[in-house]
This record gives sequence, C-alpha cells and structure tokens, in this order.
Amino acid sequence: MAEAETGLAPDEQVYFYQDDRDAECPFAPPPGLRALHDKAPVSRARIWDGSTPWLVTGHAAQRAILSDPRVSSNDKQAGFPYPNHVMAEGAPHHPLTIFNADGADHTRIRRMMTRPFTRPRMEALRPQIQQFTDELIDQMLAGPKPADLVTAVSLPLPSLMICALLGVPYADHDFFQEHAQWATRSDKTVEQQNAANAALGGYLANLLQKKMEEPAEDVLSDFAARIKDGDLNLPEAVMLSMILLIAGHETSSSMITLGTALLLDNPGQLANLREIDDTKAVANAVEEILRYLTVPQLGQRRIAAEDFEFEGVEIKAGDGIIAALPAGNWDPEAFPDPEKLDLTRKASHHVAFGWGIHQCLGQQLARIELQVVYGTLYRRVPTLRLAVDRDELDFRPADALAFGISELPVTW
Amino acid sequence: MKVVVDEEKCVAAGQCVNAAMDVFDQRDEDGIVVVLDEHPPAELADDVRNAAAICPALAIRIEE
Ligand code: HEM
Ligand code: SF4
Repeated sequence: MAEAETGLAPDEQVYFYQDDRDAECPFAPPPGLRALHDKAPVSRARIWDGSTPWLVTGHAAQRAILSDPRVSSNDKQAGFPYPNHVMAEGAPHHPLTIFNADGADHTRIRRMMTRPFTRPRMEALRPQIQQFTDELIDQMLAGPKPADLVTAVSLPLPSLMICALLGVPYADHDFFQEHAQWATRSDKTVEQQNAANAALGGYLANLLQKKMEEPAEDVLSDFAARIKDGDLNLPEAVMLSMILLIAGHETSSSMITLGTALLLDNPGQLANLREIDDTKAVANAVEEILRYLTVPQLGQRRIAAEDFEFEGVEIKAGDGIIAALPAGNWDPEAFPDPEKLDLTRKASHHVAFGWGIHQCLGQQLARIELQVVYGTLYRRVPTLRLAVDRDELDFRPADALAFGISELPVTW
Repeated sequence: MKVVVDEEKCVAAGQCVNAAMDVFDQRDEDGIVVVLDEHPPAELADDVRNAAAICPALAIRIEE
C-alpha cells in the first residue's frame, strides 16, 4: 500500500490485527495487541485486506469513539474495515439493518425492537431458562462420560432461549434448534447456512401469521401487532427475528463454553462461585467473565464520516476504525491487574457488549442466561472437570468473529 | 443530587436499571428510561453516578 494512502513510511512496522493468542495464556488477548495498547490507545494496524485502519485499544478511547456521532457504521462506504472477505463481498447487498444504520435510521429500527427486551420482560423468562438449563444438565448426566459440553449445553441453550423469547411453541423446539445451529455456526458451509436460513425464514413467516390471530406475550406477537398496524411488513418482521437469532447465538454459546474452561482453570474462583448464594454476587461474576473473555474478539468496525482529531491523531473522513474490545477490557487503567480473574471485581463498565448507540440489544437476556448457567452447572456437577489436557483444547483462531472452543470434553 | 435523562438519546440498553433499580426503570412500551426518583437519597448517590457512567448512550446527566 502506497505511503500517501496510509500515511505510513514504507519501512514502518505496522501491527497485524490480530496476532494469535499465547498458547500458555489462551484466555488472554493476543500479546501483540496488548503490547500495542501499552504504546498508545489509538494506532494504525494492518488487516487481512492490506488496508491500515485505526485500531482503538484503550478503554476510555473506545468508549469515546463508539459514542461519537462523527463515526458511522455504514458498511457500504469505500474504506470500511470489513472483518473478512465474506463480509466485504456481501456488504453491497446488505439491507439497512440495526447493525449498519446510523443516527435517525438506527433510532427508528432499534425502537422497533426494544420493547421485548426491557428488564421485567427479560426477568419473566428466567424460570424458563432455568428449566431448559436443568433439563440439559439432566440429559448430560444421564449420558455417557466424557461428554462434550458444547453439544450438551452451550449450543442448545441459546437456541432454546431464543425460542422462549420469540414464542416458538414447545412442539417445534427440536426443528427450530436444529436449524438455528446450522444457520449460526461459522464452521458450516455457506450452502448449509443458506438452506437452514430458508427453512427458518419460512417457519417464522408462518408463525408470525398465527401470532397475528392469536397473540401472546412474546416477540413474534409484538412484531405481528406491528404488521397489523402497518409499521412492518412480513419479510421485514422475519428479518428482524432472524437478526435476533443470529446475533444472540454464537456469542452466548461461547460464553458458556469458554467461561466453563476458564473457571476450571481457576479452581479457587470456581469454588467461591459455587458457594455464593446471592444473585447479585453471581451477576457480578458474570460481568467479570464477560470482561475477561470478551467474546466479540474481532472488534467493532466503523468508518469516519468527517475529519477530526482524536487522542492526538488526525482521523480523516473515510478512514476505517476498529475498536478492539478485548484490548479495552484488559486496559489496566480501567481494570487494574487485568490478567487477574476476580469475580468480586467491579467490572460493569466493561465493553464486551460494545458501547454507544449500538450497544448490545440482547444484553439483559444474555446476562440472565449466563447467571442461570454459571449459578447452576457447577453446583449441580461439583466434580465437573476437563476430560483432556488444556493444551489439547481447540481454541478458535484469532480471525474468527467470536472467540470460542469448538469442543469441550468434560467428565465428572 | 438531581437526575436528568434525555429520552431522545436513550437506546433502551437497561444498564441504568442494573446499576440503580430504585432510581431508574424502563417504559413498558419501548424500554426507554424512566426516572423513578429525580432526587435520590445520598445512600444511592454512588449507584446513580455509576448508572450515568455506564449508560452507553450518554443519556443520563447528574446535577450535583
Ligand atoms: C454474551 C452474549 C453477547 C455478547 C458478548 C454480545 C455482544 C454484542 C456487541 C459487542 C454488540 C455491538 C455491535 C456493534 O457495536 O456494532 C452487540 C449488538 C447487538 N446484539 Fe449482542 N451480544 C450478546 C448476546 C446477544 C443476544 C442474546 C441478543 C438477542 C437475542 C443480541 C442481540 C444484539 C443486537 C440486535 C445487536 C445490535 C444492536 C444495535 O446495533 O443497535 N446479542 N452485541
Ligand atoms: S442506560 Fe442509558 S440508554 Fe440504557 S436505558 Fe438507561 S438511559 Fe437508556
């Protein structure tokens, strides 16, 4: 890339975002990324396509940039720092969604989706999530040892939870779960994902029509009422439902798998968690584990809409910007001794759910799910342990959208 | 201490309710923030400051 384009001297060493995690500390952000943050909260970095967007690594700087109205999420603009070639090729065909809309468009779309996510409505789902969790653990305990925690709990629970949220009837759970897993797992082929998406789309369209006649207290009934009022049409309502399914799946699933692996690696902290009988303390532990692992490892992607000065650098309109969330959550200024897992730490200012107007819409649901799982699994299975050595675990590579482990063999 | 919120900015993330349940709530119809207690008592002051600090949309202002 020419000097004029990047503003960098040709021989200048530029960090490649992002380097691999250290096999000795597989849960920590990559060492190169942490070293970069030690130098400056904002710097140029090279990404997969050779371009050099701004990489924001500091916690305060990430909060500032992600809430700055001069920064856009519009992924159709030249210079947008796509996470991979699939996204780069797909972006021109992306419809306007909650993810890539800015300003007034974003407000309009987001407000169409917020009603089901208020805390009281989320809390009302807690007993169902508890029941699903108990049943999945029962099934695991009744099966052979060792078991794979990913197939036993981490994958089915988020799809069952989305069933509860959307209002999918119990009889259809198996169909929904199976297709949801195919549609959302990044280790499936594009053809497999498309087929599963089509099946789910058809299913959801049918169910939305049923909910127009017989509404209940769930998201699909909510969208159905909006179709009746003329705020949405059927394909739009199907798309919103699919967005909820996809956005909430792999992230929550990884938090169950990785969180368990992390806790088994920190037996003292795990013992404390098992003893805790206070929902507030469990909720605090969830925040710390969200911070520590920062599953959305590829960071939030943006593009500058105008020229401005930021943290001592000159950002130009059209420059790509990436907020590398794992680095922000390990910024010692915001979280002293970040490498220390401390379930009693005050961590609620973490950026694992992003920051600014796009901060995760499903965060209250994700929190309840994790509070239930972390509060139940280790208590019901106190002898839970890895069935292989930690170095044998297959951690996802640094360029996967979500940090995770593909299989977690456990025994008890 | 006086709590002022900007409904236009609020993105209904619910962080404020997590931080200070006795002071913030969310509207049933769209999750937008509602202030339950504009002049919270001193013992809630820290929670309220924390709520303002973790509101992702910078929708909460505190007049000391
Ligand atoms: C632990 C689990 C989760 C994590 C770590 C997570 C993380 C995130 C992050 C970092 C963003 C910001 C995207 C951006 O800045 O562009 C986001 C947005 C979003 N999340 Fe989550 N999420 C989780 C679970 C969920 C669940 C369960 C749902 C829904 C059922 C959900 C729905 C959404 C939606 C709709 C957005 C887009 C919001 C917007 O652009 O205004 N997420 N999430
Ligand atoms: S934390 Fe901020 S954005 Fe979220 S509900 Fe409260 S005021 Fe609204």
